[in-house]
Amino acid sequence: MSGVRVLVGTKKGAFILTSDGRRRDWEVSGPHFAGWEIYHVKGSPVDPDRIYASQTSDWFGQIIQRSSDGGNTWETPGGEKTPDPYAPPAGVSNKFVYDTSDDTGRPLTTHQWYDGTQHPWEFKRVWHLEPSLTDPDTVYAGVEDAALFKTTDGAATWHELAALRAAEGEKWAPGAGGLGLHTILLDPGDEDRIYVAISAAGAFRTDDGGQSWKPINRGLRSQYIPDPEAEIGHCVHRIALHPSKPETLFMQKHWDIMRTDNAGDEWHEVSGNLPTDFGFPIEVHAHEPETIYVVPIKSDSEHYPPEGKLRVYRSRTGGNDWEALTDGLPQENCYVNVLRDAMAVDSLDECGVYFGTTGGQVYGSADGGDHWTPIVRDLPAVYSVEVQTLK
Amino acid sequence: MAVRVVLPYHLKNLAATGAEVALEIDGPVTQRAVLDALEDAYPVLRGTIRDHATGARRPLLRFFACSQDVSHESPDAALPEAIASGDEPFLIIGAIAGG
Repeated sequence: MSGVRVLVGTKKGAFILTSDGRRRDWEVSGPHFAGWEIYHVKGSPVDPDRIYASQTSDWFGQIIQRSSDGGNTWETPGGEKTPDPYAPPAGVSNKFVYDTSDDTGRPLTTHQWYDGTQHPWEFKRVWHLEPSLTDPDTVYAGVEDAALFKTTDGAATWHELAALRAAEGEKWAPGAGGLGLHTILLDPGDEDRIYVAISAAGAFRTDDGGQSWKPINRGLRSQYIPDPEAEIGHCVHRIALHPSKPETLFMQKHWDIMRTDNAGDEWHEVSGNLPTDFGFPIEVHAHEPETIYVVPIKSDSEHYPPEGKLRVYRSRTGGNDWEALTDGLPQENCYVNVLRDAMAVDSLDECGVYFGTTGGQVYGSADGGDHWTPIVRDLPAVYSVEVQTLK
Repeated sequence: MAVRVVLPYHLKNLAATGAEVALEIDGPVTQRAVLDALEDAYPVLRGTIRDHATGARRPLLRFFACSQDVSHESPDAALPEAIASGDEPFLIIGAIAGG
């Protein structure tokens, strides 16, 4: 029997919401890793029992958790006790060290700081985990300060794809939430092509598996940076693609909804009739590559829905023409935010859409957004939502 | 006599151990020796107390020995005899921050 598993990362732990294909009755487990910030939890597309979680703390740093049984039990790969106390560790799942080696690395420079000065590069946490489309032991990690890491041994060891920092890393600047690499999109038809997005630097693409990268920000216009059309410096909040059209990307920028049909070589705005085009998440329908979802937020100074009405907006035309989806969502006195990684879709016949709020609600729709119901109402602030479709 | 180390709540949970652990240390008992022994016994704690790349104490953690804050002492300085003898525990404490 089909079903879905919704993986929720929150400010104080992870939660797993499970339902059958009807998506009416839900079982909630958690908190997993109670008290820790869980930036992201995501399952392998090829082995749904394999799930990875980014567990982090300002006090204790980064931990990577791995489950091989669908989230029932967890382990810290590479953290096992070594048989010989004097032997080097076999691997440490939380060891994210920038690669500065002569062979594969890049010198660790500085990046731009909020005040325009240069600032040392420092690892802080993993924002996003993107499991490979073909191998459950291969995962990409987007980290703060912005860099891309890769594991091929199930998260026991990580290695930086350092060439990304050569894409003018000294010009990258932190957004309000930090200098995070928050989006990783793997091209389903070309394993050497990867897109990433960084706040506030922009979007980047590799066509050779990470050996070289280029900025793909032409067409973006950001009034808040010295050169609004600069190649580097845009605060991209998230990008998304549909597997059937991997050269078409949709972007929620700080302000503006953008679209490209040539893998990022040129973008154009598709904000259309949205009440505001500021926001964080953007997602694509599982079966309709021109149907996209955003959650408009009032402004960069006021991170809540305009007029206190929580509305998802859907475009069935790949942008420009948007309709408000409100059935089941609070339409008064709602002042939550929806963060960039907190929206996802399932791939059941009738596409389910899910999002979480900073107020701790996770809403779900089993009919593509026409009707919404809260699955849970009182979790800690939701950082991320991912969905596994279990068939 | 084993050196006693008291862990903060989240690290105790992460290491799946009690709040206090006992460590056998050969040679001089210093911060570095204590933390090396702790990480050998509980590898999952690597990187949670000291930065992986630099080995530096994480900024929101503090070390106490015999009621003294030794966070800023040299990691190779000898800890008090009462720590080395196990009469007093070495404390790893999360700094008070936030509301």
